[in-house]
Amino acid sequence: MAKIKGTVVVDTERCKGCDLCVVACPTDVLELAKEVNSKGYNYARMKNPDECIGCANCGYVCPDGCITIYKVKI
Amino acid sequence: MNTLEIIKPENLVYGKPRLMNDNPMHYCPGCSHGVIHKLIAEVIEEMGMEEQTIGIAPVGCAVFAYNYLDIDWQEAAHGRAPALATAVKRLNPDKMVFTYQGDGDLAAIGTAETIHACNRGENIVIVFVNNAIYGMTGGQMAPTTLLGMSTATCPHGRNVELNGYPLKISDLLAQLDGTCLVTRQAVHTAAAVKKAKKMLRKAFENSMSHKGTSIVEFVSTCASGWKMSPDQSNKWMVENMFPKYPLGDLKDI
Repeated sequence: MAKIKGTVVVDTERCKGCDLCVVACPTDVLELAKEVNSKGYNYARMKNPDECIGCANCGYVCPDGCITIYKVKI
Repeated sequence: MNTLEIIKPENLVYGKPRLMNDNPMHYCPGCSHGVIHKLIAEVIEEMGMEEQTIGIAPVGCAVFAYNYLDIDWQEAAHGRAPALATAVKRLNPDKMVFTYQGDGDLAAIGTAETIHACNRGENIVIVFVNNAIYGMTGGQMAPTTLLGMSTATCPHGRNVELNGYPLKISDLLAQLDGTCLVTRQAVHTAAAVKKAKKMLRKAFENSMSHKGTSIVEFVSTCASGWKMSPDQSNKWMVENMFPKYPLGDLKDI
């Protein structure tokens, strides 16, 4: 069976750390970083990159459009 | 296969729409306005109408909408966006004209303009963002504020005897003969976002086929005004806003 693998790229400077993508992720891939960006927001990042299925739920709910999603079949 | 091998243009699934520029948005973290801006950008891009679209920016939180989407914009006086949109569309019938308004703009100061533009059946799209509060000025009570909901000007909750009932303006507009599409959507989950995008596209298509006024209401959150986290406010919206403002099509002809 073909396996789908995805990955997420977050524009960390644009991210405002609203946490909506973390809640929307069905496979618990994202988290808010402890580090902050230049505006002082805890940006989103991948904590379990292997679990990502590239469903793009995080991208759809992101109010600032800072998430880009890539997906590949292997 | 590592992450770097996946990040290639041919594997792209979703990203920021091309029409949305790189200016950082002034909205608070988790504000629904961002998602709605993104949907408008995607729909215009998919229709290939970026050169023919004129947006009318409101007064309210979305007053700087013209800074974020690379289409033509006009800024209207408070509440007068439908009146300005009427003029723009009548002078340029081949342009796609939409207004982007909040509840304070559309349902309070601009009620007369909104109702009459809809009653005349102007071929415009009205994007109505209803978060039941005046976000920009610091969270005061709006006509759409729910009963019992506390805001800066009704700290003990909205009271019927003093403040009256919440105004369901979309239901009102659905009664008018000039409107062809009145729908209420939300953007709190990915599924809702996809559904809302479909209706938004339909509204823009209606305006180009001169069917009448289309109103797309977005029941949305105001995390700062409601004094909750963005996630909490989404839950609060599902529990409290949806019973009063149920999602779905009020009119679709």
